[in-house]
Formats: sequence, C-alpha cells, structure tokens
Amino acid sequence: MMLPISSFANSVDPARFLDPLLDVQQKKALADAALNTAKSLGATYTDVRIGRYLNQFVTTREKKVQNIINTESFGVGIRVIVNGTWGFAASNNVTTDGLKKTTERAVAIAKANSKFQKEPVKLAPTPSYGEVSWKTPIVKNGFEVPVKEKVDLLLNANAKALEKGASFVNSIIFLVNEQKYFASSEGSYIDQDVHRTWPNFSVNAIDRASGQFKNRPAFSAPVGMGYEYLDGKAEDKIQGPGGIIMYNKSYDIVEDAGMAAEQVKQMIAAKSVEPGKYDLVLEPSHLWLTIHESVGHPTELDRVLGYEANYAGTSFLTLDKWQTKKFNFGSKQVNIVADKTQVGSLGAVGYDDEGVQCKKWDLIKDGVLVNYQAIRDQVNIIGQKESHGCCYSQSWSDVQFQRMANVSLQPGKEQLTPDQMIAGVEKGIYIVKDGSFSIDQQRYNFQFGGVLFFEIKNGKIEGMLKDVAYQANTQDFWNSCVQVCDERDYRMNGAFNDGKGQPPQSNAVSHGSATARFNGVNVINTGRTI
Amino acid sequence: MAILSKDEAQQILKKVIAFSKADGIEATLNGNDGGNIRYARNSVSTSGEDSNVSLGVQSYFGKKSGTATINEFDDASLEKVVRRSEELAQLAPENPEFMEPLPQQTYQESKTFIEATANITPDYRAQAAANSINPAAAKDVTAAGYLTDNRGFSALMNSKGLFAYGKSTSVDFTVTMRTNDGTGSGWVTRNFNDVKKLDTAEASKVAIDKALQSRNAKAIEPGKYTVILEPAAAGDLIGLMFFGMNARQADEGRSFMSKKGGGTKLGEKIVDERVNIYTDPWNEEVPASGWAGGGLPRKKMDIIKNGIVSNLFYDRYWASQKKVEPVPFPGNRIVEGGNASLEDMIKDTKKGVLVTRFWYIRPVDPQTLLYTGLTRDGTFYIENGKIKHPIKNFRFNESPIIMLNNLETLGKQVRVGNGEGGGAPSLIPYMKIRDFTFTSLSDAV
Repeated sequence: MMLPISSFANSVDPARFLDPLLDVQQKKALADAALNTAKSLGATYTDVRIGRYLNQFVTTREKKVQNIINTESFGVGIRVIVNGTWGFAASNNVTTDGLKKTTERAVAIAKANSKFQKEPVKLAPTPSYGEVSWKTPIVKNGFEVPVKEKVDLLLNANAKALEKGASFVNSIIFLVNEQKYFASSEGSYIDQDVHRTWPNFSVNAIDRASGQFKNRPAFSAPVGMGYEYLDGKAEDKIQGPGGIIMYNKSYDIVEDAGMAAEQVKQMIAAKSVEPGKYDLVLEPSHLWLTIHESVGHPTELDRVLGYEANYAGTSFLTLDKWQTKKFNFGSKQVNIVADKTQVGSLGAVGYDDEGVQCKKWDLIKDGVLVNYQAIRDQVNIIGQKESHGCCYSQSWSDVQFQRMANVSLQPGKEQLTPDQMIAGVEKGIYIVKDGSFSIDQQRYNFQFGGVLFFEIKNGKIEGMLKDVAYQANTQDFWNSCVQVCDERDYRMNGAFNDGKGQPPQSNAVSHGSATARFNGVNVINTGRTI
Repeated sequence: MAILSKDEAQQILKKVIAFSKADGIEATLNGNDGGNIRYARNSVSTSGEDSNVSLGVQSYFGKKSGTATINEFDDASLEKVVRRSEELAQLAPENPEFMEPLPQQTYQESKTFIEATANITPDYRAQAAANSINPAAAKDVTAAGYLTDNRGFSALMNSKGLFAYGKSTSVDFTVTMRTNDGTGSGWVTRNFNDVKKLDTAEASKVAIDKALQSRNAKAIEPGKYTVILEPAAAGDLIGLMFFGMNARQADEGRSFMSKKGGGTKLGEKIVDERVNIYTDPWNEEVPASGWAGGGLPRKKMDIIKNGIVSNLFYDRYWASQKKVEPVPFPGNRIVEGGNASLEDMIKDTKKGVLVTRFWYIRPVDPQTLLYTGLTRDGTFYIENGKIKHPIKNFRFNESPIIMLNNLETLGKQVRVGNGEGGGAPSLIPYMKIRDFTFTSLSDAV
C-alpha cells in the first residue's frame, strides 16, 4: 500500500481537522494581495491556490493498532506568466507578507527562464466565474467519525480473516480532504471541499512446507465519497461468477476479509497456467487498471506533445492519427469517455486547479480516437478553444499541470451479464482485481497480472489458476474486445496515487467499466524457481 | 531559516526536550531548500523552488506515544507542540511494538554537504538547461530534461541524551533526447552531492549520440540473451532487491529471503560468488548519512559477500524479538566492480544486447522477486565484439536473483542516483549477464 503523504504535511490533533483555519473572505483578501503584487511586477496572468490538505491513516495488523496518523498541510502556491513564461513558487507562510514574497519569487523564476523560452504560453479563454463553491456530495464526513469506530472496524475485519485461517493481515483506512481556494487574475474565486475514502487490506497465506506465500488485497475501491462507503449495504453487493462477492457503492470490509482468507489459500493451491492464447473475461475491479494505463495515459495531450518525454514518456496516439478521424483504437464495442464530474469518482470536482469548470467528453467513440485530455495552455495546439478542465496539483506546494480525468469504458448497449458472457467462452480466463502492471513509455506493449484467475472451459468456470499474466499491444487488445456487459454491471475502481511529472506528483483517478471480453490474448506463465 | 547549523539546531532541540513532562521525548528537526527546472520540446516548461523547516516531537507514556509537528520556533510554539504530542500520546492505544529512544550514540561525520551545490541559483538552472537544449537543437534532436537540486539538514535529540546532526546537498539531472523523425531516443542520468562534477552539456552529448545511433531500430526475436547492462539498468534491479531484504518479512515467511520449511536465507549463497554488495556511508563517491531513523548509527557493512547473504535489515523492535543487533536500511549501496570498460565488454561478446536503461519495472511475483519492465532509450545488438545495429525495445520478465546467478563479467563502477529502484545513491558496475529473459517486443521508441 502506497501512502502518498506530502512532504509538507504536518501531524496534527484530529480535533484540529474540524476547525476552519481561514474563512473565504480572508482567503480572498490574501489572494487579492498576491494578484495585485504580480500585476505590479509585470505578470500578464496569475493564479493563487491557498490549500489545506488533511489526511488520516488508521493502520492495523492482526490484533494490533500500528498507527493513527493525522496530517495537515497548509500553504499557498502562486503561478504567474511573465514575458510569456510560467513561474511558480510556494510557501507555507500564508500571510499578506508571505504571499507577496512568494509572488516575487515566482516572477523572478519566470523572468530567469524567459531568456530561453521558445514557445510563449497561450492560454485558452475560460469564463470568469466570480465567487463560487463546490463540495463532494458526502453523507458522512470520515474525519468526524471517531477514531475508535475505525479501529474497531479494522480489527473486526482482521479477526474475521484470522478466524478463516489467514496467516497475516494488515488493514488501513485512508481519508483525504482537500480544502482548496483558487483565485485568478481573470476574476474567478473558487472555494472547494473535496473528500476521498479508501479502506484496504492485505490478507496473507503462507505455506511453510512448500515455501509459498500469496496475498489477497481488499475488493474495495478508493472512492470520492465519505465514510458512508463503509456501510456495506446489501443492495451494493454483487454475486459474481466463481462464487465471488464484489461491491459497488458501499463496501463490507469484514465480509470481504473473511472471503479473502478463504480465497488466498485457494490461490496457493491453484493450478499453474499453461501459457498460450486465451479469451479473457475481465472484471471491472481488474479492467480499470488496463484502461488507466493503455487508454488514460496515451490520450494525455502533454504526453503526445513530448512534455513528459523525460519521465512518464510520450504516446503512440500521435496527432496525425487523431487528425485522420478514423484511427481504429479499438473495436466498435469500445466507447471511452473522460469525465471530471462523475459522482462518487476520485477525480470529481466542480472546477479544476486552473479555474475551469469540469465536464465529460468523448475520447474513443465506436472504436475511433476522437479527442485527448488537455488544459488551458495546450488546447490551442489541437485547434480547440476550450480547456477540458483536467488540470490538477497534488498540493499547494506543487505546480498544477495536466492530469488524467476519470477515464471509463462505457457499458454495452445489449443486455448481457458476466455469467452469460462466460457461457459463450470456450477457452478462457476470468480475471478479478488488479495485480502486477507494466507498460512501455509510448503505451504500446503492456503486461498485466491480477489477483483471482478462474479457468473457463466450454462456457464454465473450472477452478483457480495461478502464475497468470497477459501481454498485448494496446491497439490489438482493444480491437479484440468483442463484448461489454450492460450497465447493470458497471462499477468504478481506481487509484489514489497515479504518478506523473518531475518532481513527481500523485493524482487520484477512477475508471469505470462493466465486465468485458477480449479474444485471443497472449498469456504467459510467471512461475519461477530461485 | 531552512538550513540550521549544528549549534542552532541543538539550541532549539534542547528547549524542546526541557518542556517535556512525559516519560520520554524525541524531537526531530528537518529543513530543506530545493529548486528545479524542467524542459521539453527544447524549451523550459516549469521551474520552481520550495523551502520548509519542520519540527516533529514524539512524546511517550509507557507504550503509548503521540507525535505532533510544527514549523514555528518561538518558545511558546515549542512548548505548544510538546504539549500537543503529550495529549496525543495519552489518547493513543498502547503499541506493543513501541521502542524507547536510543541513548547517546557515536557518529562519524560523512561529507554529504557541498557549499557550491547549496548556492545554486535560478540563473544556474536556466543556463544548465540551455547547455542541454542548444546542442540538441543543433543536431535536429529534441531535449526533455529535469534538473533538481536540494540542500537540507536533519537533527535529532531525545530525553535519553542522544543528539545527531547532519546536512547534505544533492543535484540530480536526467535528459531524454529524441530525434525529430521520432525513430531514435537516448537518455542519460547524473547524480552528485557536488554540482561542480555536473556538466549538463557533456551529459547531454551522451544522450544525443545515443538518440542518433538508435534510429531505425530492427526487431529481433524475444528470448534469452546475453546482455550488457549499463549501471543505471543494473542498479534499478539490484535496488529493488534491497527492498525485499527486510528480516521480519523473511522470518514471517513472506519474502524471497524466506526458506522452504521455515527460517531465512541469511548465511546462504544465493547468487554468483563474484557478487559482493556492501554499504559504506563514508565512501567518497556516494557519501550517505551516518545515522538512520531514531538515531541508529549506520556502519560499513556487507550485504552480500562472495554471493552469500551477510545481513538482512532489522528494525529495533524485530531485532529485540530476535535478540540481534538492529540493522538499519542502508543509506547507499555499492556493488563491487571489475576493471573491464564498456568497450572491453562489448569486444568480448559474441552475441548480445546492450541495455541503456529499464523502464516501468514492477513486481510480478514477490516469492521469486520476479520483475517485469522494458528496455528504453538506446538498445543495441552486439555481434562478434561490435555493436551491429539498434534494436527495438524488449519487455523482460526477470529476477535480480536469477540475473546475479547468471553473471558473466563485472565492469567499471559508476555512481547512479534516483532510478526506479529507489532513492539511495549507488555505485554500480557495468554487468554482463547471460540468459536474460526478454518475453516480447515493444514498438515504443
């Protein structure tokens, strides 16, 4: 489990979380002071982000509480354009004087770099929204739930896993609250309160005699919801093929921990896969990561243009392919949208981190590449006049840049359940939950593992497999998509910690899909002896 | 006030300790000034600076502890943070694994701080970028690079009388050069404590040459190949091996260091007998802090000696359970090399693949330490002692343990920095390995 705590985050008393540090009018007054300073120093554009970022981690293992960490990070990031060049500086000194000095540093950096600037920044216009606000529509604020309640829930889950025979169990509840105030020289003052929740565990089984060990992570999803996600309502449980239970809009961690303990023992005893071509039936808890890596990233315009060439890489979805308006990214079944407004998703906000109102748009329509993900200083390059609203910074101390929106495969239009899909597969593997993942820097060649692998023979699930990974070329893979289940099976999963940029930043993003079938995919056996 | 001297830090920490009313207290003071410049498409894209000082205080009553942090340093603020940590400790559940702070330790100073690096300015960074961009543009190549520099200090004091202080600087540079026809790509990395050793023009030339030489790569069949790994590539896989060498995980049976039937592989031969890996905080090429978390002293220490596992890493709690000395995670790693140059190693290879770097390395199976990833930014086919032609990139599925068992030749060492294998600076040799497993081809350039 990766815990992306900002290096600027301070540990605090949980009670402090509930005290607002500054009200909106105080933030506006501070921001106005910075905007005026920047203008007087020659900036043609300025944005000010005053951010308070709260995290809470409750971690346990077996019968013990390992840690309860509450962090707070508060500061301001100021971005300016001077001589057509960006400059950025950040400080935790959120006073009029602190903002003035930070603005001066941002301007000095922009001036130093403008000497070597070859492409002056061009910003797409965005409306001035005046004073507006947005909040994640939560039912229960996780930060208001007593820590003891969270500890008890995790220890109950651990106890269930141990009762069912797990060797070890670690569990965590991870809460995020971003209180973000944005002000720009174009007249927008945007106050947002963003919540995310992620319960997770790893249940281990160890077979000392054979020396084998396996891990079964939680079938939860990180969500853009409050603590109500942990209500585990009966109507949100889905009985899947192979006897599995999956979860939709709420999650039962205790029940899942018990199932995990039983399944992890079966994972050790499973048959090692015979390498070859298989039809893959991919469950949404697995497919989200394949969508993320092979669709989400290559459609990011900054990668296409080369801005990420030195780190995350570029993209095979070059502008010439998009310009043909007929580049076959996938089969006709493949419809993929980007969406920064989807309720319950990690990426949902009202406005992005450069003050653009968020929206939903098509990336792949009937299998054809139709658009990218782009922000204000990029859209002019693809002849568009409006930012897509997907600019984000992980904290006040980092500069905002283009980040992935929620990117999701749309459900099939024909009525189809996962059981019906499996019934049509002669030789295949049903894969549940994301596992190992790797993809090249232009997003052609990928390899994905998983957690549970069920062998499908003549339309029936035969038993569990292990040592499974599939390798494919992105375009071949999406063109091998022959069926997508209907909207009843549509669910989201995602990640808190998608990394990009230098210095690297984390982004939280969700990906939805229904179970989908891909024919004739190359499966390798990953078993080795050392 | 981002960088405090030893005396300044000690003065603040003494005040903090004096405010304590708990059974015990440990206070950590960290400061950092950093700057960076990023460029792409032969033009600067982003650039920034950050600065912060933070005081962390952990108070404890029995086995209950609480931590609070502050970045204000007047007396009232110092007392406030101590009180808050005490309140949190009283509210916390008992942690049976809590360890009381260490008493005073003896530390040997390490030369990790270089004044010239601490004095880097925005103008220096802009010029360093220009020195990389201009030669690229002159060769019809596009540069995307990143330079980041940092100066920082860290100090620790506790109520058992321990005081530790250290400061350090670092500069890290990487650049990817892509030919404008999109068929060639080269890369280079440099990492130093002393910025005087960094020449972005020299480094950029290496990457430009690689980009030009790697144009129009040919596909060869995936399979098992003899490879020559440049230090950045070898260092990534070896670095990942370190993260699996936690003693507790091994004892619990959930590590590649766990043994069938129980126990660990400590003291067993796991790789070729010519493999010697150690850590040495005082190595002049890769100096590291002489102490780790909680003030635990680091020492020069074998990790793998003649192919045998010499040490696993024990935190203080697990060491107390196992009745051994704690062993902190190393601050640097040094893999002993040989005398062969890259040219010698190529000359000595009948058929093989030269790998500049790996990319997107991710674990496949922790049991065998199997990783997958891809080659990137300059992969070449070697035949009869010569580089024959550039080849398309491969995906690999390989374990560093299998790789180090298939060792052919160790070459000269090079310092490598923050690769995919994690943050610690390392001295890694060029390595020739037989039967390295490539499982598929990638069209990526």
